[in-house]
Amino acid sequence: MTPMDTAVQLVPEGPEIPLVAPARRRRREWVSTAKTAWALRRSKIGVILFVVILGIAVFGPFVAPYSPTEFVGKTFEMPNSVARLGTDNLGRDVLTRVLYGGRTVFTLSLTATVVGMALGIVLGMFAAYSRRVVDEVVMRLLDVLMAFPMIVFVLLIVSAVGTKPYLIALAVAVASAPRIARVARGATLEIVGRDFILASEALGVPKWRIMLTELFPNITSPMFVEFGLRLAYSIGTIAALSFLGFGLQPPAADWGLMINENRIGIVIQPYAVAVPVLMIALLTIAVSLMADGLARAIIGIDRKTGVE
Amino acid sequence: MPLTRLILWRIFLGIVTLFLVSVVVFFATNALPGDPATAILGPRATPQKLAELRLQLGLDRPVVARYGTWIGNFATGDFGQSLAGMNQPVSTVIGRRLYNSALLVILAALVSVPLSMGIGTYTALKRDTKLDGGVTIVTLTLSALPEFVVGIAVILLFSTQLFHWLPPISRLDPYQPITQQLSVFVLPVLTLTLAVLPYIVRMMRASTIEVLESEYISMARLKGVPESLVMRRHAVPNAVVPAIQGTAMQLAWLAGGIVVVEYLFAYPGIGSALVDAVANRDYPVIQALCLIMASVYVFLNLAADILTILITPRLRTGLR
Repeated sequence: MTPMDTAVQLVPEGPEIPLVAPARRRRREWVSTAKTAWALRRSKIGVILFVVILGIAVFGPFVAPYSPTEFVGKTFEMPNSVARLGTDNLGRDVLTRVLYGGRTVFTLSLTATVVGMALGIVLGMFAAYSRRVVDEVVMRLLDVLMAFPMIVFVLLIVSAVGTKPYLIALAVAVASAPRIARVARGATLEIVGRDFILASEALGVPKWRIMLTELFPNITSPMFVEFGLRLAYSIGTIAALSFLGFGLQPPAADWGLMINENRIGIVIQPYAVAVPVLMIALLTIAVSLMADGLARAIIGIDRKTGVE
Repeated sequence: MPLTRLILWRIFLGIVTLFLVSVVVFFATNALPGDPATAILGPRATPQKLAELRLQLGLDRPVVARYGTWIGNFATGDFGQSLAGMNQPVSTVIGRRLYNSALLVILAALVSVPLSMGIGTYTALKRDTKLDGGVTIVTLTLSALPEFVVGIAVILLFSTQLFHWLPPISRLDPYQPITQQLSVFVLPVLTLTLAVLPYIVRMMRASTIEVLESEYISMARLKGVPESLVMRRHAVPNAVVPAIQGTAMQLAWLAGGIVVVEYLFAYPGIGSALVDAVANRDYPVIQALCLIMASVYVFLNLAADILTILITPRLRTGLR
């Protein structure tokens, strides 16, 4: 029995009409989108890079030659047989600290992005679905929050609530939420006037259920792309905060913090700065490439010209 | 006249936004959980000291009344006393730095805007060539990178073993004229330029391509206008309009970008001042700087809106 038949048979039975594409068809769409995305060279490079760096972050601590807080030499030694990438500002092994320093980058930026997406999607869908005055007021207020450059807004929150790692992640989430809400609102506005929404309303389906079961499933594609873009920004912002001294605190091993600790020795021992910088750079590039590949697959950007 | 009314309406909205921005700044530093006095003095402060500081900060008065006093003083240029160091007035702490930052941002804007608009237009003309593809890859990569990563890459390139050309830190000597320390600006300006360049290049490229495909360009070419004149008189002026908003956004972004870049290069501006103030929990300075930085955005946005209204013929005539 095809999904189409089911829909037809269910019509006389009352409010339980599947008015969106049934789950099976939606899943098939996702598989084909994923295939189209994978066919693009940029997505392949992105995924491979991402997996490699994730692997380093997850499995690095198991293969690290030393403990991240162990002193293995003098300060700022160039690479040698004891310390393959040299030593840092306190004489600890740079390679070990790089292998340990990725976990916090991933966990904090993923937390920030997931929480920010949840906040932003709820706000954006709420604004778009409320229409008129509520929409206008909510979006104006979010505009005010967007007047602050991202990093300034995060610093403002941090100055009030403190610099614990989870607070940093939440601050980044709150700072990204208005920007995500704007995208979620735009995506919702496109479908909010469609017949299947009006039909659900006419049948008396509660608003929150329409949002959850009708609106949300239909904005997942743009939201996945937004998730990728926001993840890249979160990684950059959280690493920047660590770099400014507001993220992880010493003696934690964290790529952003390593850059901050070792930059005074950049002329004597560049590896202690260059390697963590390279890791963050490759990670943000990988995430952007994946998001870009997915975006192209979904909205069908012309592969050759790149014109949107 | 509807045009004036439209502009006045935008200005009014800008003022409302500024007011709300000030409310956000004030309440974030006053009403969020956590007592500022404890936060400033640390957990081991004596109750007596805490009470003194609370009195100095006016924490005994209701929040709304404190906001009134604060914004009133702010409007008259009195930003309060800094809590760190020698309790100087905030205006003394940030005055000179504000000037330094403005200098840095203006230099970066002067370099990056014409450069990126030029690259954008040129790649649109050379669309689908190897050069266009190369520029696209470079801008995509650059736009993915956080600004401090770009800054450190720049330092690694130009200030370490590779090419030891420029100072890795940009301390300004206040007793020397700026013109004698221009080398200090090279790396920060380069970093900021590389950070805003990708977006402007991509916007300018996209809008130029769109304009070049329009009928009036074909018309101009058909009637035999030389290609350089087609570009100068018809294509570029029309392509710039949609890029204005985006460029304003990027310039406003510079106001935030300087936080990390100034800190990285130890440049004495308001960005590095904000980092210090947050580290010291120097709330009066944080309030002043956050308000200034958000105002820059509001003003640039307003300016871009007005400029767009003024130079878009459709908007001008469509209102009548």
